[in-house]
Amino acid sequence: MELVLSLAIGVLVASGVWLLLRPRTYQVIVGLALLAHGVNLFIFSMGRLRTGASPILSKEGAVAAGAYADPVPQALVLTAIVISFATTALFLVVLIAARGFTDTDHVDGKESD
Amino acid sequence: MPAPEHLIIAPVLIPLIAGALMLFYEDRQRRAKRVISFIAVAALVVVAHDLLNLARRGGEAGTVGVYLLGNWPPPFAIVLVLDRLAAMMLLLTAVLGLGALIFASARWDRRGQHFHSLFMFILTGLNGAFLTGDLFNLFVFFEVMLAASYGLALHGSGALRVRASLHYIAINLAASLLFLIGVSLIYGVTGTLNMADLAAQIPTLPAEQKPLLKAAAAILGIAFLVKAAMWPLCFWLPITYLAAAPPVAAMFAMLSKVGVYVILRMTSLFGTGVGETGIGAEILVAGGFATVAFGTFGVLASQGLGRLAGSTVLVSSGTLLAVIGLFGLGGGSHLVAAGLYYLVSSTLAISALFLIIELVERDEGSFATVFAVTAELYGFSEDAADEDEPLVGPVLPGVFTVLSVCYACVALLIAGLPPLAGFMAKFAILSAAFNPEGIGTDGPPSPLAFALTGLLLVSGLAAMIALVRTGIQTFWGPVDEEDRTRAALVELVPVIGLIAITLYMTVQANSVMRYMEATARSLSEPHLYVETVLGARPYVIEETAPVDAGGEGEAR
Repeated sequence: MELVLSLAIGVLVASGVWLLLRPRTYQVIVGLALLAHGVNLFIFSMGRLRTGASPILSKEGAVAAGAYADPVPQALVLTAIVISFATTALFLVVLIAARGFTDTDHVDGKESD
Repeated sequence: MPAPEHLIIAPVLIPLIAGALMLFYEDRQRRAKRVISFIAVAALVVVAHDLLNLARRGGEAGTVGVYLLGNWPPPFAIVLVLDRLAAMMLLLTAVLGLGALIFASARWDRRGQHFHSLFMFILTGLNGAFLTGDLFNLFVFFEVMLAASYGLALHGSGALRVRASLHYIAINLAASLLFLIGVSLIYGVTGTLNMADLAAQIPTLPAEQKPLLKAAAAILGIAFLVKAAMWPLCFWLPITYLAAAPPVAAMFAMLSKVGVYVILRMTSLFGTGVGETGIGAEILVAGGFATVAFGTFGVLASQGLGRLAGSTVLVSSGTLLAVIGLFGLGGGSHLVAAGLYYLVSSTLAISALFLIIELVERDEGSFATVFAVTAELYGFSEDAADEDEPLVGPVLPGVFTVLSVCYACVALLIAGLPPLAGFMAKFAILSAAFNPEGIGTDGPPSPLAFALTGLLLVSGLAAMIALVRTGIQTFWGPVDEEDRTRAALVELVPVIGLIAITLYMTVQANSVMRYMEATARSLSEPHLYVETVLGARPYVIEETAPVDAGGEGEAR
């Protein structure tokens, strides 16, 4: 599982960085979205990977902390997903506005040639 | 009757509630929005002033106020922490906010939608970032601040603003992702996000974990350095600040200081635990020097006042980063005290400069073209088509003269010439760099002190040359009698007010510096911060009346 997760994070981040450096606004926003997914998975993995362990403690008596997954990164990742989703949506609006103002989807507002 | 510690959350709640409330009003009810904004910001100034007094209580050591948001014992859940540094930044934010809001109410808040709400939310984010004692909560407040700043950067719209905002948003989104990686790495290594707990845990961390922690701190630092605009992460700044509406740009001058604030806080809390010299202090020094140099070239090369002001932001940031870096290298607390004095005076001066620029360049130049485009695209024609729209309040005679005096003051402040606060700030920085232990101690000054001196003097000279050159063109050039700058009284009040505060800082330099010295000492020895936060105890709720469990008593 560790290998699959790290591969997933690596591929997402690598593609994200590549797209972020491209000259078209659409590529930039897709790159940012991919980067955000990679980072979210990364945050999730910082709580150590567990299979079949729940993050919510049961009520009765003493609990063995080792039997549970760390809930904090899961809470963090929820917040991070919401925030990156919202800011990406805002970026989309700006991107379309820039397209309207400059008649091009180049990030600098004019073709480079 | 709320206990004084409940006041700590007020700087976050007041603008948040005011901003949310104003979303219920249409933009046509601008008068109501203005009233609500003014009440909120005026309340912020009062609260920040009270909090400053709260933080000053307890003599030399000061007081660290802790507010347990979830009523959990630290290090669990989120805490707000008020110390001298946070209180000072809160007051500075509130004052700048008041100035920018008064200025905006003359005409700028009509240029787009929801100006007042966005303005309140940016204040929420700023205040929260200064108060929070939790790294992830810091991220959340950063995002609140940034999301509002995206909206404000676009305020007024226009091709230039949209294009500049596109770059601004893209780089800040990328920086936010780095922030997240850094925060989660720190959590993965230490298992805590509470800053005081981190400061306590980092020295006891096993050696094999240290490289990972340093990597996390470096990644986190990049996110803040993008905000603080350290070279080479600063190329977005001049164009964004140039394009932003002037009252917004005046507020953005504070935004760059948030990055500086967090770096200072991290250096203070985590710096000593990782190595002898703190995390990346050398990089901060080198980067700070490079930023000052880059900003100096920018100042000299600027064709217009807008770009010039953006470059002075860079010089200010660079100087502060270099000062913090030297502090991390063991430069002593006097240096930080001088740096804080510089932070306040330069932020006030740069904000005033952004406001003056708009008044001077009102009828020509880039802003006017932005207006024209905006008006057509957004159908504000009845509002903006004629430049003769009635300004709010009486139009002042002799505006040009008043403006030129203000401009001269700001030029003196930014260049650091006597007799104003800018000179005292630079003098204090240089004096502290040469005498880390205080005046009168022996020992050869370090080469870094000479480098800092050279850079500061050259950047001051460059700022003087550029500002005087532009000032001569602007104020002494031939002017048609009809083209004379018109400005409403409400637009001059914030400019004069901001400059008056720096004058007050000049006259009262002794007491202001004493506050800064005490702040700097608590930053170089953050025991009180760490112990107070970790020692805070939640309230025990019995029946309905909250009872002080005793632990909070130590906090006061």
